Amino acid sequence: MLRIIKIVVNGKEIETAIDEREALVDTLRNRLHLTSVKKGCEVGECGACTVLVDGTAIDSCMYLTVWAEGKHITTVEGLKGPNGELSAIQQAFVDEAAVQCGFCTPGLIMTAVEIVGTGKKYSREELRRLISGHLCRCTGYENILNAVEKVVDGKNQIQE
Amino acid sequence: MYDFNSCYLAKSVDDAIRALEANPAAVVISGGTDVLIKVREGKLAGCDLVSIHDVEALKGIQREENHSIVIGSASTFSQVVNDSIIQKHLPMLGEAADQVGGPQIRNMGTIGGNICNGVTSADCGAPLLAMNAVLETECKEGKRQLPIGEWYAGPGVTVRKHGEILTKIRIAEKDYRGYTGHYIKYGKREAMEIATLGCAVWLKLSEDKRRLEDIRLAFAVAAPTPIRCRKIEEQLKGRELSPNLYEMIGKGALEEVSPRSSWRASKEFRLHLVEELAKRAFGQAVLNGGGVDLA
Amino acid sequence: MGVHENMKRVDAYGKVTGDAKYTADLMTGNLLTARVVHSTIANGVVKAFDLEEALAVPGVLKIVTCFDVPEIEFPTPGHPWSVEVAHQDVADRRLLNKRVRFYGDDVAAVIAEDEIAAVKAARLVKVEYEEYDPIISVEQAMEEGCVPVHENVPDNVLKHTGFIVGEESYQEAVQGEEGLIFLEKVYETKRVQHCHMEVPVSFAYMDGSGKLTVVTSTQIPHIVRRVVGQALGMSWGNIRVIKPYIGGGFGNKQEVLYEPLNAFLSTQVGGRGVKLELTREETFISTRTRHPISFDIRAAVRKDGTLVARRLKAYSDQGGYASHGHSIVANAVNQFKQMYRDEKALEVDAYTVYTNLGVGGAMRGYGIPQSAFAVEAMVDDLAGLIQMDPLEFRLKNCVQAGYEDPHTHVKFYSYGLLDCIRKGRDSIQWDQKRKEYDNQTGDVRRGVGMAIFCYKTGVYPISLETASSRMVLNEDGSIQLQMGATEIGQGADTVFTQMASEVLGISQEKIYIMSSQDTDVTPFDTGAYASRQTYVSGMALKKTAETMKAKILDYASWKLKIPAVRLDIAQDAIVMREGRDRLLGLEELAMEACYSLERSSHITAEESIHCVDNTFSSGACFAEVEVDLRIGKVKVLKILNVHDSGRLINPKLAEAQVHGGMSMGLGYALSEELLYDDQGRLLNGNLLDYKLPTSMDTPKLQAEFVEIEDPTGPFGNKALGEPPAIPVAPAIRNAVLHATGVAVDSLPLSPQKLVKCFKEAGLI
Repeated sequence: MLRIIKIVVNGKEIETAIDEREALVDTLRNRLHLTSVKKGCEVGECGACTVLVDGTAIDSCMYLTVWAEGKHITTVEGLKGPNGELSAIQQAFVDEAAVQCGFCTPGLIMTAVEIVGTGKKYSREELRRLISGHLCRCTGYENILNAVEKVVDGKNQIQE
Repeated sequence: MYDFNSCYLAKSVDDAIRALEANPAAVVISGGTDVLIKVREGKLAGCDLVSIHDVEALKGIQREENHSIVIGSASTFSQVVNDSIIQKHLPMLGEAADQVGGPQIRNMGTIGGNICNGVTSADCGAPLLAMNAVLETECKEGKRQLPIGEWYAGPGVTVRKHGEILTKIRIAEKDYRGYTGHYIKYGKREAMEIATLGCAVWLKLSEDKRRLEDIRLAFAVAAPTPIRCRKIEEQLKGRELSPNLYEMIGKGALEEVSPRSSWRASKEFRLHLVEELAKRAFGQAVLNGGGVDLA
Repeated sequence: MGVHENMKRVDAYGKVTGDAKYTADLMTGNLLTARVVHSTIANGVVKAFDLEEALAVPGVLKIVTCFDVPEIEFPTPGHPWSVEVAHQDVADRRLLNKRVRFYGDDVAAVIAEDEIAAVKAARLVKVEYEEYDPIISVEQAMEEGCVPVHENVPDNVLKHTGFIVGEESYQEAVQGEEGLIFLEKVYETKRVQHCHMEVPVSFAYMDGSGKLTVVTSTQIPHIVRRVVGQALGMSWGNIRVIKPYIGGGFGNKQEVLYEPLNAFLSTQVGGRGVKLELTREETFISTRTRHPISFDIRAAVRKDGTLVARRLKAYSDQGGYASHGHSIVANAVNQFKQMYRDEKALEVDAYTVYTNLGVGGAMRGYGIPQSAFAVEAMVDDLAGLIQMDPLEFRLKNCVQAGYEDPHTHVKFYSYGLLDCIRKGRDSIQWDQKRKEYDNQTGDVRRGVGMAIFCYKTGVYPISLETASSRMVLNEDGSIQLQMGATEIGQGADTVFTQMASEVLGISQEKIYIMSSQDTDVTPFDTGAYASRQTYVSGMALKKTAETMKAKILDYASWKLKIPAVRLDIAQDAIVMREGRDRLLGLEELAMEACYSLERSSHITAEESIHCVDNTFSSGACFAEVEVDLRIGKVKVLKILNVHDSGRLINPKLAEAQVHGGMSMGLGYALSEELLYDDQGRLLNGNLLDYKLPTSMDTPKLQAEFVEIEDPTGPFGNKALGEPPAIPVAPAIRNAVLHATGVAVDSLPLSPQKLVKCFKEAGLI
């Protein structure tokens, strides 16, 4: 059954018809063409489809779009500046060679945005825990942690 | 895209109950992390869903006038983990909730779902059993309260009836005041894991920290459902802390559990872990309560 | 900026913004959805289908079964084709198979309007089978009278090869000498999977001219084109394969997986676009795995630590189809001769055996992670028998500079193994910690362990090595660079850009590499595997760039009236070779070359290379662990890989590559294993139950290098892509041995297994 839904995606209010059986990942990819949101397992085990819903990182493969009514969704497409400039966290991923095949990257960046958004400082071990909902086979997480740590250390001043 | 027939978005608990009553085959969905997997696997394909995902009345954690702590069933694991009441009074529950899946799953899945799925490996099951949690449900006949010990009916099965919704999880003051505990989730990985075994020890030390006034021992995956080990609890209650209590709790637990072999782990290995983790969780719980770990 | 510098990845911006498009991101328009119907038995024959209910599902267009596909058997591995029939890959698959050879074999496919209809219909397809007993072990497969998995291989032994190094057999070598100390053991590795984050996915369509296009997540686009042509019996020129960005491959996509079926399904619906996206579960069950290999070893050593002789029998479990087949174990056993010298004899037999389990194929390291586990475990066990420090044992017996394989003649043209060992020894404080952790008691113990390896660069001379590259000078002095070699996440496009910049003297910002391969326009290359691309494809690029440069200088010579030999290109300008005076901006030259009314010339270059070199890279892993005996947990406190990979083209990316390989090695060591029941059904085929390491399971990963120029490498470089995954598992196994005295002879070192071993050893 089609339903009309209003959501705010990357800052823009959107009204669209969706099939109520859609997961948010389907809506974002297929209707809104936000293809940074990747499908790696479809059951919340890999984290590739992570997006922020009202600032909270969730696996969009297991989140029904009907639940998103009235909520704010953020994907990496929403992080770039008006002239295509990268956000600090994106830039850190580039600078720290945290990107390889790139398939887990957008999801991890969204979790990093959530982490940075708390305004808190975290130890390396705490960061390991905070990104543990993402599987990556290319990097051993080492440079990803370096990237997240760099931004967290640079921006977040409050010790957890 | 999920293969279900319909999804009714309930506006309130009553609304959800009405929707369930109207459709004897409908399935309640809250956080979605269990139910949607079953839809995808085909076990629930084609079903009708009644969503309580956005029923605000089911969310939140409060202390009631009589100091009972009430956790709304649709509170996510993350909300439980980060709640100041939980951190202060029921830290073991927060620690257990913080070991479910990974961060995103914890932002989605709910504590009520963890109890309603009835599975023995649920991370919040053993801690809530140890805390004598009381579950409050609602159905068209009204509300009922039942101790969590009476909730589990078998592997993946609870006494919850169709049309009945778990609304609150309540822990009375007598079950947490002065208690400390420790939960160990044992798995092959440190995250994104289903417990091979879980062990919760919840205890109360005497004022001088040298005697066990009360102790509760509960396990996940040590039986078809989460279980308490009441016999050994009775034997330990009132005892002075001493090194031989470790042996007692470990061996005692073995008498009461009945794990099975599966491809995930053998019965022998789980029994080995029951004994070992009981000792370790006990030692840490004593430490957390200000006592001395005499292991 | 050129080679040996830390250029940022050329694809990083696209990948952090979501602009980089992967196959599924390009599935726009009205594509039909295909879903494969997999067998629910492991061994048998399809007798009949009942499609009635499945066809009744609204939205289902067509169901194609194994009775409807061409009677053509085709090979699937990503090898260069051999023009000699005897060396061609085994062709043992059809698009859909009547003879079911593993649980999850492809027997039919549904084409539907949408995913839900396809899934529903696939579940409703009823298959009638004639069932045989599932063959779930190599032993069972080799028993007399066992049903052949493939009729043309009656004993289920796909291939058996062997070699002897030395003048005598093992038996002859050891029987004449008194006082030898013997080891007899079986070391076992288990079946694991690649777990690239992007599942195999493709879509196929025919355009108005009848050309069949397949867009797919592959490491080997040109080979995919060939196999689609072979499988469908179509002209290869009428098939076009496009490879967008891919979300990892690790060897699983060095295989033609579902592209031929996908292409065929499009032809069955009049050329309409059809997509075929595997689920993660299907990926586990029905794609490829790392072969489990068991190594039955006898070894004789002298008390002074001299390795005298060894006899090895290796059994590789192929699963239901040949795929890369015997190449894997044949490569694996080479590690025995290439790593250590036997004073008298090394006698080797290798068997590849069909079973009804998941199909073995290429995976990072191509058999060497398996054999490195066995060889390096053996070394520590031998050293233990004679109470010698295992590092000293290695120094005494390991391969030395100048080594040349007696059969393949692959050489160490550059040799840094001893330096790697030295570096790791210092970094982990080997000598101190070996002493410190000897003779521990208590429930928590520590140990240090190590392992070494060597690895070829590319597949020469076992197979053909060829590659090509194309460059076009744009009118503004920038360059379009096309490579047949593929970017699969490892950073190939970035290092190719650096190489082109280095040779051409043109800044990297002005070199535009086309990341996507399209067989209609991309020059030929066999693809990303065998750690070959920076070496072999790098040679092709270097040759192309040299041609390109010569053409540019020729034009400049005409324009400047200076002989080309006195000219050079530097910093985007024509300069004097002597003195480096800047004469003419490349921008100006390029514009003139294109539009000159006097001499218009479109400056392009294309070259291919037939590489007839190979060189060993090598390295070592050192690990320090803490073992919690009572719960069987191993915590890695420190882990370090040191690599001898020649000169690094991009040190930062090289380091990142090593991290990833180490992580894969950690999973291989401690937690990963595909488990099957007695019916051959995979039990843990999902990312929850298959334990690849999460960030919390991964310690700090330390990567170091010994940089020695390799004379055969186009830029002094040699293999790096696969090697990091090789030495980790044995290093951890040996560290656990040091900590506990318990030698664990099979992977993974999972808690349940460790607790059992520790109990048997009386430690707990």
